[in-house]
Amino acid sequence: MILSIVDSTLLLGSIGTVAAGVLFLVSKRFYVYEDPMIAEVEEVLPAANCGGCGFPGCKAFAESLVKSDDISDLFCPVGGNDVMKEVSVLLGKEVAEKDPTVAVVLCQGACEVRPKTSLFQGPQSCAISALVFGGETDCQYGCLGFGDCVDVCDFDAMHMDEETGLPVINSDKCTSCGACVKACPREIIEMRPKNKRDLKVFVGCLNQDKAGIAKKACSVACIGCAKCEDICPKDAVIMKDNLAYIDPLICTLCRKCVEVCPTHSIIETNFPPKKVKVNKTENPNQAQA
Amino acid sequence: MLKTFPKGGIHPTENKITAAKAIKRLPVPKVVYVPIAQHIGIPSEIIVDRKDNVEIGQVIAKSGGYVSSNIHSPVAGTVTKLDMMVDSSGYKTQCIVIRTDQKNEANFQEPDFPLKREITMGQKEILQHISDSGIVGLGGATFPSHVKLDLKNDNKVDCLLINGVECEPYLTADHRLMLEKADEIIVGIQILMHALHIQEAVIGIENNKKDAIRVLKDAAAIDKRIKVAALRVKYPQGSEKQLIKAILKREVPIGGLPMDVGVIVHNVGTVFAIYQAVQHDRPLIERVVTVTGKKIENPSNFWVKIGTPINDLVEEVGGIPEGTRKVVNGGPMMGKALKNTDVPVTKGTSGILVISEEEASRQESKPCIRCSNCVFVCPMGLEPQLLMNLSEKGFYEKAKAEDILTCIECGSCSYVCPSHRPLLDYIRFGKSIVKKLETAKN
Repeated sequence: MILSIVDSTLLLGSIGTVAAGVLFLVSKRFYVYEDPMIAEVEEVLPAANCGGCGFPGCKAFAESLVKSDDISDLFCPVGGNDVMKEVSVLLGKEVAEKDPTVAVVLCQGACEVRPKTSLFQGPQSCAISALVFGGETDCQYGCLGFGDCVDVCDFDAMHMDEETGLPVINSDKCTSCGACVKACPREIIEMRPKNKRDLKVFVGCLNQDKAGIAKKACSVACIGCAKCEDICPKDAVIMKDNLAYIDPLICTLCRKCVEVCPTHSIIETNFPPKKVKVNKTENPNQAQA
Repeated sequence: MLKTFPKGGIHPTENKITAAKAIKRLPVPKVVYVPIAQHIGIPSEIIVDRKDNVEIGQVIAKSGGYVSSNIHSPVAGTVTKLDMMVDSSGYKTQCIVIRTDQKNEANFQEPDFPLKREITMGQKEILQHISDSGIVGLGGATFPSHVKLDLKNDNKVDCLLINGVECEPYLTADHRLMLEKADEIIVGIQILMHALHIQEAVIGIENNKKDAIRVLKDAAAIDKRIKVAALRVKYPQGSEKQLIKAILKREVPIGGLPMDVGVIVHNVGTVFAIYQAVQHDRPLIERVVTVTGKKIENPSNFWVKIGTPINDLVEEVGGIPEGTRKVVNGGPMMGKALKNTDVPVTKGTSGILVISEEEASRQESKPCIRCSNCVFVCPMGLEPQLLMNLSEKGFYEKAKAEDILTCIECGSCSYVCPSHRPLLDYIRFGKSIVKKLETAKN
């Protein structure tokens, strides 16, 4: 009885010793040195693993930050300048400073201003329907409305508005990781600079059709009349393919263009209410009349 | 035992309601809309301007490269607009709008070409004629024919296959053409054999078209090199690779072309177009279109000018009946639902199918029950349920390793799935992404 206990103890003990020896040798032989800095930098990063920096996750980004000599072209959009400053302090390298951005949807084609002319029965996905046709409405540039962008948002910053059928972005939650920009087959989501009060003026339309066709498909489409270009004191409006685009780097947010736009396709956000705001609430009624 | 391809395949209800209807000529439309992208490859370049007067058969858009094709004016008239219009792809493309000259008699003359058997042209001349006449594959793929016929030195082609299978339900355009233009088709085959120095040609026809088999056998009696093969009825036999396997038992390698196994395949419609181009110098400006549907008043086959609005066709057969859900460009299996009926007939339009609410509505998609019906019917030997899951979940590398690119998009898997899963939709999506990744890599 006792003997069997001794036997098994000896046997297991010797197996354990041999295994420990092998493990010790292997760990010495195949030891991989990892810069402890990588773990420290990773600690600073937001750990969102969103891929907004262009690397597969925060760890890969941290590795790249530590290993490359020049990191001025690397940027974490989620952490922004604060995080990059901390990284700079940790690594003692120069980092780029970027203005914070936020995603905006360049389409106002709600159901009532952009009527549906056909029905898609296949899988409810923007990417799949975009393979087959130009969308359920007559505008082949605007939102398809199946919410691929909302599905990819890791930060709960987007939802589909059930009334308008368009995605809505919560500027406070948006980290500008850019996942929605990549997910949209129509490329209607754009990153625009986010200033202190999140004031924005932009053309909420991508329709490149001629005025009549665009207006017929959607009553708030940009018809390329160039009135905004004429009135802009800073030449921030670029006209191309029957479409206006406001360059956010030049625009001084004077809002003169918003007032002259005949189809109300220029959007202003978060400005304090004044008479322009009153006009805006009247738009739907005018459109209906 | 009749020949057929060995792997997979289905047999949907045939519904060939227009099989006995002779091809009628559609009245010349008042306005034609000619898109410049009617073929696979580079879109053609417009060479006319607004207010130009054009004659029938005049080149209005010239080939934009090697894999491209000329486009000719289907009517005599005036170019009124060069504009973006929705075509059968569902997207807006550049179109040439021509108003028909109502006074020009050339528009209203019945084209009457007597059978001309004697082939006078040389090899190079024939190929040049085919290229100039804007001939593309009329089976539906619209691949420019001169590219198919341009043999590279290391490819030895010993057999010409003529595709008269028409395995899509409802469609009868090729069937009627074989019945009415059998002699011309035989001459067309002789032209191709002469131009390519091929000594063997086989016309493949499914056994549900017994009359066409008989007529073509009689017509082919004058040339011993041309044979007619009756095939068992099975979808998708009209697919190039399946047809080669069925008749010649040769297998086209993955990513390869029929040329690699010494075969060239042409549709009967294309062969007829080649006959007209070579013997009568007539470019491709019209084609046979079946307009059909169970509830349509008077379904028929028509000779239709390219660019005719589909509206005109539907009006001719009695308008869109009540309870219609979809108007499909092509057959029910591989055709594509149209966004509206203003889109024009193009070189690839083989049929217009009007389907009702109960035929068209999609059932709710349920979880896969692992019955593997889709695997059994896949003619390419793929695993559709696996490919769908890989595409849905974004494993594109794996999907590529499972040969997603060899899928011919016949839709047999979606047809048999008892859970009504949208297999083909996702596979098509996966294919597009894999192709995009491939081009990005190169």
